[in-house]
Amino acid sequence: MSPDPARPQDPARASHGSPAQDTARASSARDSRSHHISHARVLDVDPLIDDPETRIVVCCGSGGVGKTTTAAALGLRAAERGRRVVVLTIDPARRLAQSMGIDSLDNTPRRVKGVDGDGELHAMMLDMKRTFDEIVEAHADRERAAAILSNPFYQSLSAGFAGTQEYMAMEKLGQLRAQHDWDLIVVDTPPSRSALDFLDAPKRLGSFLDGKLIRLLTAPAKLGGRAGMKFLNVGMSMMTGTIGKLLGGQLLKDVQTFVAAMDTTFGGFRTRADATYKLLQAPGTAFLVVAAPERDALREAAYFVERLAAEEMPLAGLVLNRVHGSGAARLSAERALAAAENLEESRIVDQMGGKAGLRNSPDTYGSSESPASETQASESPASESSASETTARAAAPDEGSPADTDQERSAATDDTDGQPSDDERSVEQLTAGLLKLHAERMRLLSREQRTRDRFTARHPEVAVAEVAALPGDVHDLAGLRDIGSRLAAGRPELPETKV
Amino acid sequence: MSRLQVVSGKGGTGKTTVAAALALALATEGKRTLLVEVEGRQGIAQLFETETLPYEERKIAVAPGGGEVYALAIDPELALLDYLQMFYKLGSAGRALKKLGAIDFATTVAPGLRDVLLTGKACEAVRRKEKSGRFAYDYVVMDAPPTGRITRFLNVNDEVAGLAKIGPIHNQAQAVMRVLKSPETAVHLVTLLEEMPVQETADGIAELRAARLPVGRIIVNMVRPEVLDETDLDLVRAVPRTAVAQALSAAGLGGARRGGNAEKLVDPLLAQAEEYAERYALEHDQRAVLGEQGLPLHELPLLAEGMDLAGLYELATELRKQGMS
Repeated sequence: MSPDPARPQDPARASHGSPAQDTARASSARDSRSHHISHARVLDVDPLIDDPETRIVVCCGSGGVGKTTTAAALGLRAAERGRRVVVLTIDPARRLAQSMGIDSLDNTPRRVKGVDGDGELHAMMLDMKRTFDEIVEAHADRERAAAILSNPFYQSLSAGFAGTQEYMAMEKLGQLRAQHDWDLIVVDTPPSRSALDFLDAPKRLGSFLDGKLIRLLTAPAKLGGRAGMKFLNVGMSMMTGTIGKLLGGQLLKDVQTFVAAMDTTFGGFRTRADATYKLLQAPGTAFLVVAAPERDALREAAYFVERLAAEEMPLAGLVLNRVHGSGAARLSAERALAAAENLEESRIVDQMGGKAGLRNSPDTYGSSESPASETQASESPASESSASETTARAAAPDEGSPADTDQERSAATDDTDGQPSDDERSVEQLTAGLLKLHAERMRLLSREQRTRDRFTARHPEVAVAEVAALPGDVHDLAGLRDIGSRLAAGRPELPETKV
Repeated sequence: MSRLQVVSGKGGTGKTTVAAALALALATEGKRTLLVEVEGRQGIAQLFETETLPYEERKIAVAPGGGEVYALAIDPELALLDYLQMFYKLGSAGRALKKLGAIDFATTVAPGLRDVLLTGKACEAVRRKEKSGRFAYDYVVMDAPPTGRITRFLNVNDEVAGLAKIGPIHNQAQAVMRVLKSPETAVHLVTLLEEMPVQETADGIAELRAARLPVGRIIVNMVRPEVLDETDLDLVRAVPRTAVAQALSAAGLGGARRGGNAEKLVDPLLAQAEEYAERYALEHDQRAVLGEQGLPLHELPLLAEGMDLAGLYELATELRKQGMS
């Protein structure tokens, strides 16, 4: 991906808009899409990341929607607008780490070089095992810590089976927040099978490590003797036996040792899990749901929106990545295809030996959404483009501006009144190709639009920022910066063409 | 042809779609395939436009030519109770376990147990025979976890067998590994012609090979049609704008004069062609990277109208044509 060098850089804080400006901006964005069907609220990310009250931004969404890239781009933008930012990524593609000038990320925030302005950007990648080890080391005396760290059950658990990654991400977030070193923490969530998992995992792990089962495994005798528990106890002792048989005695012993060591050293896993959970609900936290304009990703996003609401987690809005646009959006797919057919048909007729007239296809033409259908072919100096000129231009593509050559061309006289030359044919063929390409783009556009409208209909309250699709991937800070400005623009910047 | 076909891929590459299309493609005349979902997302039900799948094998489609496709969404919790029942005839004790949070623990937190159950259930379906001695399913297609987790997922039984050194779990884990590491299994990776998914595919193949898991094929999904070829793209850079304007005008799209309707289309259309050219070059490079993997490569087209049931059959036909069944 190559960022547009002509794009003016946002000087830090320059567009720190007042609420009034923000409103104006939002409404103008709404107007500019008046030919679209939906009227989703526009998500303005700059006020969000500029607000000193915003301390945590969580990016969540299903896999493959550009979550990590969004988190990094947002972090960079916030830093370049003057904030001290740390981006916590879970499992970034190597390329993304490289785009921040860091060959590999580790469990400690590393400062990213080349950030403009007064702010700072730091980045880190969650190392589950390291984070878990650190908790153990911080909370247990040396001997106990060593016992836990060498326990085989612990080693498997910490190496990242289901749930651990999610828990450790939340744990790390809690740690970063407690350090008070950061104005803003941007978190990327784990690539869960379901985007919702990371909300549940800490609770599950917490309640397990704190729960009845653990006590049962470690000290079944403790539960005995309490009135009313007798029936359950019969079941329980049977259960310990069962679990023992199922897991094998040695594993059960490993689990028991592990739990015994953890139990006494931790001030309650659940308390920690609860604290992190509360942190997510706090006013300084904002969730961004990230999606691509595809059915599955948006369905997942809708679930997420609903789930966040149910959990009273503050949702800032939806970031819709990879949205396609077209500078010629007023030329419909049908009409483009009909025109392409015209060109191809006329070629065939030409080849059959007659200068063909124009073949408009009135059906598709009439149904076009073009407001001013002035398509008199007579208006165009058709077929005046001489073959020799085409060749000359093709040979020296860099010579002169299009405007200059246009004038030269209209001054030149036509010398090929007979059969169209091969060059002319190839231009027609190319033009037909351009029109087909456009038709494909317009179909994609309308499909994306339909998918998005379905989301908007379900959740009209959710503000949306659209990020225009890029042909390639991000390779450097400039690329991230470009995504940041696209994100802040709220919708793809499309040159409007009125046809 | 391996009887257990595992389909993985980076998130967003459409692995569920490919898995479903493959299950249809393999269900040739008289054959029966089972499509297994392990991630609890009900993606299969959505694809086949049926109601939510319960934890039971049920017929969801008849393939072109008369084969049958069954589907199963594995619920780890129920799979665990299944197992306990199988080994210990637990009955009501199972419910008590559930109350204690043991099932929840076992299926979400316990090291790998969830993955053991999921792979175990799939392998059981592969090995299952009817009274007649014929396999219950000719093929089992698994819509597996994404590339980043696939090796660990399939290899979990090795890890568990190491952790639980004796007991039924140990034996079960080893039995599953024997199926997974044999030629009975093939792991396919779905990708797009984009940098990150291709990189992840290459990494995934290396990991699978290092773990001695059998890698099958690469399936490139959502391949866009080639609208302009190399020659066209050269011409895009060289063509006079007026010539395009005139061709557009000749096609009935308005005036070619400056400010005319056809003329105003030229810039955006050429800009789209430039983007296409950039993507074209990038896709070319990515194809080359995939070509270096030394695996059979299949390509499935991007469906213009989006994914639906008809499109699924289209992809299945395409897979058959390309010899994947």
